[in-house]
Parts: sequence; structure tokens; C-alpha cells
Amino acid sequence: MKPAPFEYAAPESVEEVLELLGEHGEEAKVLAGGQSLGPLLNMRLATPGVLVDINRVEGLSYLRSGDDVLAVGALARQRSIERSISIPRRWPLLHQAAPYIGHVAIRNRGTICGSLAHADPAAELPAVAVALGARLRIRGARGEREVEAGDFFVNYMTTDLAPDELLVEARFPPLPPRTGTSWKEVARRHGDFALVGVAAVVTLARDGRCERVRLVYTGVAPTPFEAGDAEEMLSGESPTQELFGEAAERAARDCEPGSDVHASAAYRRHLVRVLTKRALGEAVRRAREEG
Amino acid sequence: MERRRTIRLTVNGTRYEREVEVRKTLADFLRYDLGLKGTHVGCEHGVCGACTVMLGDASVRSCILYAVQADGQEVLTVEGLSSPEGPLHPLQQAFHEHHGLQCGFCTPGFLMSALELLAEKQNPGEEEIREALSGNLCRCTGYEGIVEAVRAADRVWNRS
Ligand SMILES: Cc1cc2nc3c(=O)[nH]c(=O)nc-3n(C[C@H](O)[C@H](O)[C@H](O)COP(=O)(O)OP(=O)(O)OC[C@H]3O[C@@H](n4cnc5c(N)ncnc54)[C@H](O)[C@@H]3O)c2cc1C
Ligand code: FES
Ligand code: FES
Repeated sequence: MKPAPFEYAAPESVEEVLELLGEHGEEAKVLAGGQSLGPLLNMRLATPGVLVDINRVEGLSYLRSGDDVLAVGALARQRSIERSISIPRRWPLLHQAAPYIGHVAIRNRGTICGSLAHADPAAELPAVAVALGARLRIRGARGEREVEAGDFFVNYMTTDLAPDELLVEARFPPLPPRTGTSWKEVARRHGDFALVGVAAVVTLARDGRCERVRLVYTGVAPTPFEAGDAEEMLSGESPTQELFGEAAERAARDCEPGSDVHASAAYRRHLVRVLTKRALGEAVRRAREEG
Repeated sequence: MERRRTIRLTVNGTRYEREVEVRKTLADFLRYDLGLKGTHVGCEHGVCGACTVMLGDASVRSCILYAVQADGQEVLTVEGLSSPEGPLHPLQQAFHEHHGLQCGFCTPGFLMSALELLAEKQNPGEEEIREALSGNLCRCTGYEGIVEAVRAADRVWNRS
């Protein structure tokens, strides 16, 4: 048997989930898609006493884009991003990044909220959520609260979630007009975790200058890295290749990549330079097409 | 909450009821409880794709799914693609004809991933095929024969 023994519960309502989490605290783990937790359990890197499987909870699998906000329920699978009709049009960054997450069979099970809760420093969706200014709805015994994605990621695989809390929904606001987005990533093989990935969100003013730029990276810090200086030097300026190059230098200088078996810090900085330029170029082109 | 649980599920059209330890993976359940050893187990952490089966109409890694999670659902494994007496499934036939396998360890997983792709899509391009199969590792073939087999199966498999 691969995982260490655990007790298993498959509650059918969010209330029951919260009750179980409240009762067992640190001992309990939520099981969503299981695509990160499963490997950890099999390798016995995680040995929770209780698994609270949320897959039987009714009404959590939704992707709702009725109003202006995209609401993503705790059980919406990563694969559903690729199947959605409205997401490619209205939240294109999600659609651009999703195919880079593992493989089809992984995305069939893995959930969007699970990826955020897991907070792997090389994952795509945390960086995307920060770049898009997503808001996360969290429920616990003490009630409900909402946290901005930018404040949710605390450290390496650590979020603002308490052990007895459930991330029930991620909410993605609409993009402003004349906005283009791009996801660029380098991994060793298709489907592997990113060495470096970058989300670029560029809003152009009517005169064609950059009004607002977001550059958020995965793989170069314990949490999604926001290249604030680079963003600032672009805003108010006309987008040019030269400027993109300078912004890329700035981002490469400011990020804090580590070295590991996959790549050295120097190589990761090199990728930040290359990918930033490409992502900005593509985002600006798309913003022009929008406007 | 419990450590053992009785589950009812359908595998390859046959209904089963079994009591299982809750920590038993679906892969181990298929192999040891049902004796369906066509589903192979390589890495046991989701990476190699050898254990891929269909759960409902979606491909899943059975090594990181627990048997209890398949309770009430339908599973299709490689044994369900064709009957021992009947002709091979068009995908199996194509793998056979186009050198889509050598040792065969990875083959059941490739067949399930390819099945999902072709069930959803007619005439996929080579890039699409490669991407759909990127989650399955093969140590022997070099993949060319596998991609060729999927293209061939696409042409002859009548999905209707
Ligand atoms: C071979 C392979 C390749 C992969 N490649 C990539 C990749 O390239 N990029 C990438 O980003 N990911 C990758 N993944 C991970 C995958 O995206 C996971 O689906 C994701 O990280 C976690 O989502 P999950 O729904 O599977 O969560 P689970 O594995 O079920 O849970 C992960 C953690 O989050 C907690 N959790 C989950 N949901 C909630 C919730 N709603 N509220 C509170 N806590 C919760 C769990 O308790 C657990 O601690 C890969 C996985 C595999 C097996
Ligand atoms: S054995 Fe399941 S993916 Fe390798
Ligand atoms: S045929 Fe041997 S691993 Fe693929």
C-alpha cells in the first residue's frame, strides 16, 4: 500500500466539510483533484490522519461568467478552462496558460482552486491569479472572507488558508478595454513544471501608450513574483522593443530565482529576460487588436 | 469516516461490489482486487502515464486516485477495448501494425490517452497528437510508431 493509513470522509455539503476540518484541524487535508496531494501521499511526504474528499460536494464544479466576473468553484477542473466558450474571449490569460499545466489526464482531475491552494512555486495558475487580480473566497468555521490573490501566497507552498478553511471560489474580474495578455513559459519537456513562466497583462491608453502593465512570474521566487519596477517603467510610455528590453533587464535583476537540479539561477534570469520581451510583445499586439 | 469502505462500480461493463481499504489506489484495486493487470503501474506519482484509465469520459491517472473515489462510477481499462475472442479495437490494431509498441509496458496507458483524443476529435494534427500523448512515457519506441498508429487509427475507426 502506497500511502500511510488515513481515515476517509466524503461529505456532501460545504457545511459538513467545514465541520470535519474544524474537528480535525492540522490532522486533516482537503482532497480536491488529488494531482498534487496524491503523489505526496504515495511518497509519504504527507501523512494526514484524515482525508476530506470534496469531490462529492454538490454544486462546486461551476465556471460562472454570467455577470462580469468569472466565478470558479472549488471543484472546477483545470481542463474546463480549455472547454469554456467565454474564457478564451474574456479571460484569455487563463486559456493561454492552462495547456501548460501537466497533461490532459492531470487537468481532467486537477482543480483550479486546488492549484491555488497548493501554491507550488513553479505552478501557472497562482501567477495568473495574481496578474489578473483574482479574489479568493474562503470559508471557515469563523465565517467567510475574501483575500486578494496578491496577498494569498505567503511562502513556498504556503498560503493564507488556515487548516480549517476551504477555498470555495476564485473570482476573476473582467479585463479593461484595450487589454492584451500573454503567457510565456519554458519547461524542460511539455507538461513539466515551468522553469520560468510569465504572465503579461497590458492595457493601452487611447493614444497607444501603455496605461497599465502587469508582469507576474512563476519559477523565480517562493511565491508569484511581481516585477513592480519593470511594470512602472513601462506605464505611460510608448511600447517599443527597446523599452521591453529594458523592462526585461529590470525584471531579471529584481527576481530571486534559486538554483536546483533543473536549472541554475543564472539560466532562470536569462529566461526571464527572453520571456519578458516575448510576452510583452505579444500582449501589446493583442491589446491593439482589441482596441 | 472510516478506513474501509464498500464500493460499487462498473468496470468494462461489469458491475462489482467490493470492500476496500480507503487508501487503496484505483490502480491497485483494478490489478489486485479485480485481477485486471492490463493497467500498468510505473512511477506511482502521476508522471509516466502507464496507469491511465478512463473514469466516465475522462482519462485519469489511476495511481493517484483512490478506489473509493470511483464508487458509483464507470471505469474503462485496456481490457475493455476489445473482447478476447473478437477483433482488436482499431487503436490496438493500428499500434500492432505501425510498431506502436516494443516491450508493451507503456501501451495500455497510451491506448487510453489516444482513445480520449480520438473520441473527441476527428483528424487531429501531428502536433495535437503529440501534445495529447505528452503525458505518457515510452522507453522503447521513440514515439514515431505511436504517433503513426494514432493517425492510422483515426482514419479507420468509425466512431459513430
Ligand atoms: C505529472 C504531473 C504534472 C503536473 N504538472 C503541473 C504543471 O505543469 N503546472 C502546475 O501548476 N501543476 C502541475 N501539476 C499539479 C496539478 O496542477 C494539480 O492539479 C494542482 O497542483 C493541485 O490541484 P488539485 O485539485 O489536484 O489539488 P489536490 O492535490 O487535491 O490538493 C493540493 C493541496 O491543496 C489543498 N486544497 C485543494 N483544494 C483546496 C481547497 N478548495 N481549499 C483548501 N485547500 C485545498 C489540499 O489539501 C492539498 O494540500 C502536475 C501534477 C502531476 C501529477
Ligand atoms: S504509474 Fe500512474 S502515472 Fe506512472
Ligand atoms: S514499448 Fe516499451 S516502454 Fe513503450
